Amino acid sequence: MTAPLGSPETVLDVAPVQWRGAAVVDALVRSLGPIVLALLTCGLILAIVGRDPVSFYADILQAGVLRPSGLQDSITRMAPILLVAGGMIVAFRAGMWNLGSDGQYLLAAAFVAGTAPSLLAAVSAPLGWLMLGLLGMAVGAAWTIIPAWLRARYGLNEIVTTLMMSFVGSGLANLLVKGPFDGPSTVPQTAVVDVSLRLATLPGTRIHIGVIVALVAVAVVYLIFSRTSFGMRVDVLGANARAAEHVGIGVPRLIIVTFLASGALMGLAAAVDMLGIFGYMRADWNPAYGLKVVPLVFLARLNALAVIPFAAFFSVLSIGGEYAARRAQLPSDFLLLAIGLVLTFMVITQYLTDKRERGEQILPRRRAAAARA
Amino acid sequence: MTQGTTGPDFVRHRSVPPAAAPAVELIDITKTFPGVVANDHVSLAAMRGEVLCLLGENGAGKSTLMSILSGIYRPDDGRILVDGHAVTIESPRHSRDLGIGMVYQHLSLIPTLTVLENLMMGANPGLTLNGDQARRRFGELAASLGVSVDPEVRASSLSLAQQQQVEIIKALWKGSRVLILDEPTSMLTPQGIAELQAVLRGLKRSGLAIIFITHKLHEATAVGDRVVILKQGRVAGRLDPADLVGLSHADLQQRIVMMMFGDTTAAGADIAELRDVAGSRAASRPRTSEPLLELAGVSADGGRGERGIEDVSLDVRGGEIFGVAGVDGSGQRTLAEVIAGQRQHSGGTIRLAGRPIDGLSISARQRLGLRYVTDDRLGEGVVSSYPLSMNLVLKRIGQPPFWRRGRVNRAAIQRNAVEAVGAYDIRTPSVDTRIGKLSGGNIQKALLARELYLSPRVVVFNKPTHGLDVKTIAAIRERIRGLASDGVAIVVISNDLDELLDLSDRVAVLDAGRIAGVVPTGQGAEARIGELIVGVTTRQAVE
Repeated sequence: MTAPLGSPETVLDVAPVQWRGAAVVDALVRSLGPIVLALLTCGLILAIVGRDPVSFYADILQAGVLRPSGLQDSITRMAPILLVAGGMIVAFRAGMWNLGSDGQYLLAAAFVAGTAPSLLAAVSAPLGWLMLGLLGMAVGAAWTIIPAWLRARYGLNEIVTTLMMSFVGSGLANLLVKGPFDGPSTVPQTAVVDVSLRLATLPGTRIHIGVIVALVAVAVVYLIFSRTSFGMRVDVLGANARAAEHVGIGVPRLIIVTFLASGALMGLAAAVDMLGIFGYMRADWNPAYGLKVVPLVFLARLNALAVIPFAAFFSVLSIGGEYAARRAQLPSDFLLLAIGLVLTFMVITQYLTDKRERGEQILPRRRAAAARA
Repeated sequence: MTQGTTGPDFVRHRSVPPAAAPAVELIDITKTFPGVVANDHVSLAAMRGEVLCLLGENGAGKSTLMSILSGIYRPDDGRILVDGHAVTIESPRHSRDLGIGMVYQHLSLIPTLTVLENLMMGANPGLTLNGDQARRRFGELAASLGVSVDPEVRASSLSLAQQQQVEIIKALWKGSRVLILDEPTSMLTPQGIAELQAVLRGLKRSGLAIIFITHKLHEATAVGDRVVILKQGRVAGRLDPADLVGLSHADLQQRIVMMMFGDTTAAGADIAELRDVAGSRAASRPRTSEPLLELAGVSADGGRGERGIEDVSLDVRGGEIFGVAGVDGSGQRTLAEVIAGQRQHSGGTIRLAGRPIDGLSISARQRLGLRYVTDDRLGEGVVSSYPLSMNLVLKRIGQPPFWRRGRVNRAAIQRNAVEAVGAYDIRTPSVDTRIGKLSGGNIQKALLARELYLSPRVVVFNKPTHGLDVKTIAAIRERIRGLASDGVAIVVISNDLDELLDLSDRVAVLDAGRIAGVVPTGQGAEARIGELIVGVTTRQAVE
């Protein structure tokens, strides 16, 4: 055993969330409290810049949930977010900070988009989707091999290596799109997959089956961690890497396996996006899911099922928010501000409720003492 | 050398100090946590020029009391007087400003900084570092304590005893009235303990009040001018200077045991420090004729700054307890890890019941009955955020009955935990309690339960009683003897010579990664082992 695993085990606590009794109330406070606070703060900012907060929120609700097409868009948007979240959860629970999801995603997207038109022309659509899904997973997984091996064999910090590989990966994806995968169009982009060959949709909706794939994937991740010995080993590695060595877990192998699984889910997210929504990849395009999803998985305490509502909320906010911002004649940056505020308040709420759980005062000492007096 | 019958203990010599004035007084201090009364109307006074020993088992409330004094907790009730004035200690900084210095059990110097930098870090008032001034202050303090440490070397190059001396200097840096030492001997070698004792004498002379926290009875009676015994958050008894000077060592111990446990018979006989049982233990056990564990010329590199081992050969029969002594860091951990399979060895052969196990994994060795109880309980022994029940099966992840075809069987894990709690007397609110919340003694019992399941054949114990209270120590030693009686081959690695003499049939001394000698316990063994530890024989051989 060589890897000096100075893992960030103490950063978080991956004890499974238990949904019973008071815990349900607690979960409600945790999830609704920060949203209310963020909406209030955001409303204040809207009022300051002279917009009507109420109609802004009504627009979000309208476009993101109430309008059937908006609801479908919101649900569809969840697919890549859930898959990326699943990929992060697998790695993070092993204590492996795979922060290179963007590079893994983009490279897989380039390969899938670049090969899809010719492949789908050659084989039947379902077989083609399956093969392209596997291709995306293989590419995403392959892009984690170098950081995984460096970490497993030499203990090199994977935060640095995955981030660096992410830059290389997105650069390489651009080169591919502008080079070998460049399509007939004048702008640098891959050939477009015909709409008829894109992922099948649920009857009567625009929701593609990638959403089902994503839901199944996070459910499988959840089951692996809650039921299986493999999940337990990964959890032990993440919670205390030295204990993992001590109790005889094959740590280097496990590091590589979790990295591969993580990268594969990132790649699957790319395949689903390419085949379900976009149908082609433009050069310099980057949805940058990574930075947005990291806070979601932490808020869900690395629980793959708990991440679903967070992903749903995030999707509604981004789909409905685009519309609301347009109507209020605000730049779409405003949306990022709203999302950022919600996430910030979520983290604060979680900190405070954790503190209360440990039996500590929520208020700072001096004020707490004054309050008692 | 004054090696001999004293062993790693404190030497007892003192006279009644002159009538002293209290530097700090705690009056009726009460502190409760949800579900626990940690301190229940505790009163005590630390006098200038005296050592006040705070003696109690783990969980007796010693640490809470000291956290109150150092400003980490506030008492729910009660008063604190510093030099006769009532104070409310607002924060750790306020506590330091009041002249209360604290040296924790686990030393906290920053290894990459020099001694002087470590000292200046907390104390330097302005933005710029004033090295000359700090050097002068260091010189003063070091001279008054009789400490010789080079202030310019990195903290990492100091021995643990020296690091502790620097911590004491750090605590005194701004001028203290009271110095609190939390279990100061737990990390030290016998020589280190002797140095600490010299430092304590210097501190007393300079008129400081010292609060010395310990759970070791002999330390309390040896260094304390007064002893306060805590039990379940209350003061269970006090010994004044007159008692400590007037009574014999044995009488003192008996009185303290009486105060701690309420009776002298049952617990008293168990007290690990009473060595009367030592003579009778080994002879009656049956031995296997063939060794169960054999190491032949085993060498291995250490990892993580541990010393490796070189050409180590030993054999342990079933029913035998084989002790390994030596100064900390002589390769003990590498030896244990090599046997357990946690570390690869570069040369030599390890045999279990005659069969070479060199290439086998940790879990394969476990299944063959080879078990390892680590000394680093929290660091690698357990996952502290996991419930007790999970920690009990950590070494059997994926194995039936706890996992079947990869699927977890929670009921089996739960049942196993309930059984272990009963069989090993693990005190816990429930089997679902996070193990990190349990006391050190209960964590150790959980580790024993985990390692000794089914039929162990060879068990390696690394510092099995380190940092535990007397009752748990007695229980663990009894269990080790019981295992040996059942024919298990046992290796006990310890830096507590008394423990090794008490338990083992033979003691090997590890010196710089090599076995310096193996001594059968019995008449004169202590002196012989002591010589080997300090390297007398090696030096003579060289000359």
